[in-house]
Amino acid sequence: MTTSPATRLRLDARLVAAVVALILVLMIGAWRNPEFLGSENILNVLRQNAVLTLLAVGMTFVIISGGIDLSVGSILAFTSVVTVKLAPEGLPVAAAAAVLTGLGLGMVNGLLVARLRIAPFIATLVTLLALRGLTLAVFGEETVALTEGRSEVLAFGRGFVLGLPVQVPIIGVVLLAAWVVLTQTRFGRAVYAVGGSEESARLLGIDVAATRFAVYGLSGALAGLAGFLFAVRIGAGITNYGLGLELDAITAVALGGTLLSGGVGGVAGTAVGVLIVGFLFNLFNLDATLDTFLQKVVRGGLLTVVVVMQGTILARRRR
Amino acid sequence: MTAAPTSGPSLTGRLLSLLRGREILLALAVVILLNAIFTPNFATWRNVEITLIQMVFVALVATGMTLVIATGGIDLSVGAVMGLASVVAVALLPYGIFAVTLGCLTAGLAVGLFNGVLIVGFGVQPLLVTLGSLIWVRGLAQYLSGGRKEYFEDAAMRFLGTGRLWGLPLQVIIAALVVLVVAIVAAHTVFGRRLVAVGGNPAAARLAGVPAGRTVLVAYALCGLLAGLAGLFITARVGSSDPTNFGVLIELDAIAAAVVGGTVLAGGRARVMGAAVGALLLQLTTAAMIMNNIGFAVALVLKAALILCVVALQRGRA
Repeated sequence: MTTSPATRLRLDARLVAAVVALILVLMIGAWRNPEFLGSENILNVLRQNAVLTLLAVGMTFVIISGGIDLSVGSILAFTSVVTVKLAPEGLPVAAAAAVLTGLGLGMVNGLLVARLRIAPFIATLVTLLALRGLTLAVFGEETVALTEGRSEVLAFGRGFVLGLPVQVPIIGVVLLAAWVVLTQTRFGRAVYAVGGSEESARLLGIDVAATRFAVYGLSGALAGLAGFLFAVRIGAGITNYGLGLELDAITAVALGGTLLSGGVGGVAGTAVGVLIVGFLFNLFNLDATLDTFLQKVVRGGLLTVVVVMQGTILARRRR
Repeated sequence: MTAAPTSGPSLTGRLLSLLRGREILLALAVVILLNAIFTPNFATWRNVEITLIQMVFVALVATGMTLVIATGGIDLSVGAVMGLASVVAVALLPYGIFAVTLGCLTAGLAVGLFNGVLIVGFGVQPLLVTLGSLIWVRGLAQYLSGGRKEYFEDAAMRFLGTGRLWGLPLQVIIAALVVLVVAIVAAHTVFGRRLVAVGGNPAAARLAGVPAGRTVLVAYALCGLLAGLAGLFITARVGSSDPTNFGVLIELDAIAAAVVGGTVLAGGRARVMGAAVGALLLQLTTAAMIMNNIGFAVALVLKAALILCVVALQRGRA
């Protein structure tokens, strides 16, 4: 667990490394493009990466518990359409529906992993696949555009609160809540314990299955909220959106210093990790030197580099 | 027979024990029977041939996947390798069919070795390494080709794609031979025993002097190689490259085929022939759904449910 001072120190070291990487990206960006550090661009990056932040926060919980959730992109796509379908009933209704749908789908993952004891990546890979099929079967078309009250929804999705994009306070609250839950509650400690060693968690009297179940439910609910935020920004639900987004979320979590083997990590690091990923791809887009296909190579390569670095660090520590 | 003692196993019990470990054959029989009844034109030689032709890609990929899963790993990058191989094939077409074949196999082998080295050398989880490869290999294939399909006319490639030998489709014959050879290697050679030992209990295998790292590396290399071959085959069959669509989601079919065929995801067991039968089962199920006008979307859901059931059953038995 993270209570020993030595571990906490190491966690901080990883967080510092992530911050240094972020500053590096920002410096390169400022050098390449004068508008990169302008407030307009920064606010834009924050707005665009709200979705990724939510997915990454959920993924942080799942990964710390020793699992993985590959289905978040599918849940996002499904709930984005749910949002559009229910938007005429009012935005609060649509938001609640999206979050609850996400929660329900996440609980299916939880059931498969915690109760049926299916390997997390297989369980969530299967829900990824089934949900893509389900989304197509239920909604048919690829893009479900918002027709009724589109302008009001977009006014919210592209609006500002106190000079900040409306997404910023939302993800701010989510990040803060996630940090409190993870570091200050019994549930948070249970998540670390389960990921660190299932056996000792059980000996400590922690309900391992319930903890796992809750973690996947949480990840699903956050993916549902992400689906809502995506839909109100775009003004449409897109049934095949979010392919490969789970990869970016995993990359962000890993960049933030959360160990993919479970038991160690935190939300603060994830927030930094999302900023690194977000600004990096923003830089590619502004620069327009890297075509979309090469961006894909960088995306996959980035995850590979990060996990290899983590692997090397872990191996050195074991020695 | 009639005076069987009451304490002995009942007839159904004995039947069940006979079937244990061979449930897949029972499932296959059920699917074939249902198809014969409900699907029009199912029980024809032409349809048998079509089924075999269509399952070639999945069978090849599932064969490699079985080896990787036996070590306790997974390879999600196989579909992307097929896309890359198709681009390589078209690029090397002017140099003849041997260059094309060599190029496709080398591309697959290279990605497989890349995965293997990172997994063995750096101790990174196979899922994450191959998830990364899935994205960058696909991106590389699209970058090298500008994302475009490239159509071609080539006699040798046409023969490799649709040619026949001894009255059977050439690709079916080659795939059958590959599956057979790998099955024999997995079941009867030192490498096969090492493979299963590494997956079953890595620590014990290492203590017993098994070169664990090399064994795992070879498994990923072979998996990449076979995916490269599948990429060559699909390119020859279609008559064009397709960096974007070839092999998408085939990793799921391959995992499903391997798992349905009795290879356990936790590792320690390699059922190559089982994976081939699993691929056949999946192909028949998919074909039946298409022929009975069940949409692609619903078919996806049903396939997902099938994988879940099998994996859940495996867990129950373990």
